[in-house]
Amino acid sequence: MTRNYGKIYAGPQALWLTVFFAAPLAIIVAYSFMKRDLYGGVLPQASLEAYRSLANPTLLSVAWRTLWVSFIATVFTILIALPCGYSIARSGNQAMRLFLVIVPFWTNFLIRIYAWIAILGNEGFLNDLLKILGLRTNSVQFLYNQGAVILVLVYMYLPYAILPLFSTIDKFDFTLLEAARDLGATRMQALMKVLIPNIRGGLVTAVLFTFIPIFGAYAVPLLVGGKDAYMLGNVIADQVTKTRNWPLASSISMGVTVLTGLAAVIFAATSRRTAQHVVEDSGIGPLSATAGIPSGGQA
Amino acid sequence: MKGSDVTVSGISKSFGAFKALKGVSLEIKKGEFFSLLGPSGCGKTTLLRVIAGFEEPDSGIVGIDGRDVSGLPPDKRRCNTVFQSYALFPHLTVFENVAFPLRLKRLPNRLVRELVMKHLSLVQLEGHAEKRPSMLSGGQKQRVAIARALINEPSVLLLDEPLSALDAKLRQRMLVELDSIHDKVGITFIYVTHDQQEALSVSDRIAVMDQGLVLQIGSPQQIYENPASDFVARFIGETNIFAGVVASREGPFATVECEGLGPLLVEANGEAPLGARVSVAVRPEKIRIAAESPGARPELNVLSGVVEEPIYSGFQTKYIIHLAGGGSVTVFRQHANWSEGVPDLKWKDEVYLSWSARDSVVVESDAVANDEVVNGAARPPAP
Ligand SMILES: Nc1ncnc2c1ncn2[C@@H]1O[C@H](COP(=O)(O)OP(=O)(O)O)[C@@H](O)[C@H]1O
Ligand SMILES: [Mg+2]
Repeated sequence: MTRNYGKIYAGPQALWLTVFFAAPLAIIVAYSFMKRDLYGGVLPQASLEAYRSLANPTLLSVAWRTLWVSFIATVFTILIALPCGYSIARSGNQAMRLFLVIVPFWTNFLIRIYAWIAILGNEGFLNDLLKILGLRTNSVQFLYNQGAVILVLVYMYLPYAILPLFSTIDKFDFTLLEAARDLGATRMQALMKVLIPNIRGGLVTAVLFTFIPIFGAYAVPLLVGGKDAYMLGNVIADQVTKTRNWPLASSISMGVTVLTGLAAVIFAATSRRTAQHVVEDSGIGPLSATAGIPSGGQA
Repeated sequence: MKGSDVTVSGISKSFGAFKALKGVSLEIKKGEFFSLLGPSGCGKTTLLRVIAGFEEPDSGIVGIDGRDVSGLPPDKRRCNTVFQSYALFPHLTVFENVAFPLRLKRLPNRLVRELVMKHLSLVQLEGHAEKRPSMLSGGQKQRVAIARALINEPSVLLLDEPLSALDAKLRQRMLVELDSIHDKVGITFIYVTHDQQEALSVSDRIAVMDQGLVLQIGSPQQIYENPASDFVARFIGETNIFAGVVASREGPFATVECEGLGPLLVEANGEAPLGARVSVAVRPEKIRIAAESPGARPELNVLSGVVEEPIYSGFQTKYIIHLAGGGSVTVFRQHANWSEGVPDLKWKDEVYLSWSARDSVVVESDAVANDEVVNGAARPPAP
């Protein structure tokens, strides 16, 4: 008789996912369909009130801004991460360079945000430098706008994009680039037509690893963005802590989850169709990737 | 002829302190099937990459059809490469792999289809157009790589050990096929291999390389029958090498006094001045082996010895003979007359070896090799 040990081995993971993923999600789903209690918490009565209040112009404009900022930040992150991953994969001392990519994680992320404030602030290093160089006499307002949010988000999530890109590029057979050049492709054509399609698995992972957490960003827009750069994560936090409308906070959360989930599925599906075997070969298919994504809203 | 001639002159290339090529010069003719043959690590791939434009030589010039192409990038040279590892694009079908160069040129779809199907049929892969490379066997991948390299209609095709990943049977078949493709397309082939059998069987001419140098250039026959040095003689097929000193010269022959063996009469094509230390090379299949002495005749060398080891391999037997004068010799005996009762030679049998002076040659002795092969037995070619 053979016993299905697979189920037993999967036990701890199932328990983990139930306690830390399914249960909280179920609570949020449940809260989103209840009535608000005046001082926080919920009343045990079914209601669609929370979803009705989603259709509110301020909320929709924040949602739109969140999408836009996440999109731009992801694009910049990938554009920077690609050459980084490439150069690490091709360099002689990969271990050292990977180590340097990971070093920032040793510092708490809040501290790293404050470091950016120290750099970009009105009395910050950058303004000091501009004044010393005589380029400016008074301070430039770098902080508290969308640009600052995007800059710091790109900085925060760059390692999450570099690592999967590095690992696929490292497995890439570079003679394929020579073959492309041999067959008449220019350097750029070889990269676009041969490298990119063959590292699609890593690209999908990198995009999901950056887009999803950025979409739920909270601390970065709060600390370097100010009111005009508020994102959905901040609205949710305000609903929980200030307005104390827990059902609304839950329904917005549901919106974020559905939107990111949908975006991930569509993105993964389109990439999978074009590069199925590559994704499978690299072992970092989009689905295994999503399972390990840093949870949204932490930063 | 559609092919180009390729001139390589004085190419040197170092990687750090290591000299991979030390001044290589070649003149390859239009439409020729030219092989670069040498042991692994001798610089064959590096030379091919210099010709293709992947490596910038430290010095020297590559000319195609008399035009200096040094400094041109690979996509601007009219040569294409069949890579050792095939280098097929895994994200594209067989069809799109072969179509890749045409897509870059944005040719219309109808023309692309026509050209791709023509080249797939050249390599007998019409039925596999829609497969991915990962679904093909080694031999099929090889054919796709050849079709893809030919579709741009290059005037020179560079092949880097294209058959080394295939099993022995398939290698033989692909070799014949390559030869017929060469006949059909009529362009220049530069073929890199470390397998002397491959090189001998398909090449018009061969350049034998070792340690970044070209040792000899010639037709397969010239290289086999008249090797320029110990190294070439031993690398191309099995051979017996005797070290000695030139004692006299008469016409095309030299008498070489070999230690322990006495004088041997040998054909001397190159320079063999009196008193020079040289090597004498005799191919194992040129030596007759018999139980009785063939008797003394001019131009016949005769040695005696005992059978040390008979190695039967179906179509022939290989004997290792211990010579009376010391050292040992390898002899091949074909089994053409096997059924006619030629006596079987066994261990410790006394035998006479004889060969015509014309079947042995004086070769330049490599100083280093000399010490280890004084009257040494035939050696298998270096891997
Ligand atoms: N990019 C490189 N960097 C350093 N050494 C190299 C490089 N390419 C080749 N070599 C060295 O040059 C020598 C010749 O290599 P190669 O041309 O590949 O030999 P072959 O193809 O005859 O086996 C080898 O010793 C190899 O280690
Ligand atoms: Mg090689």
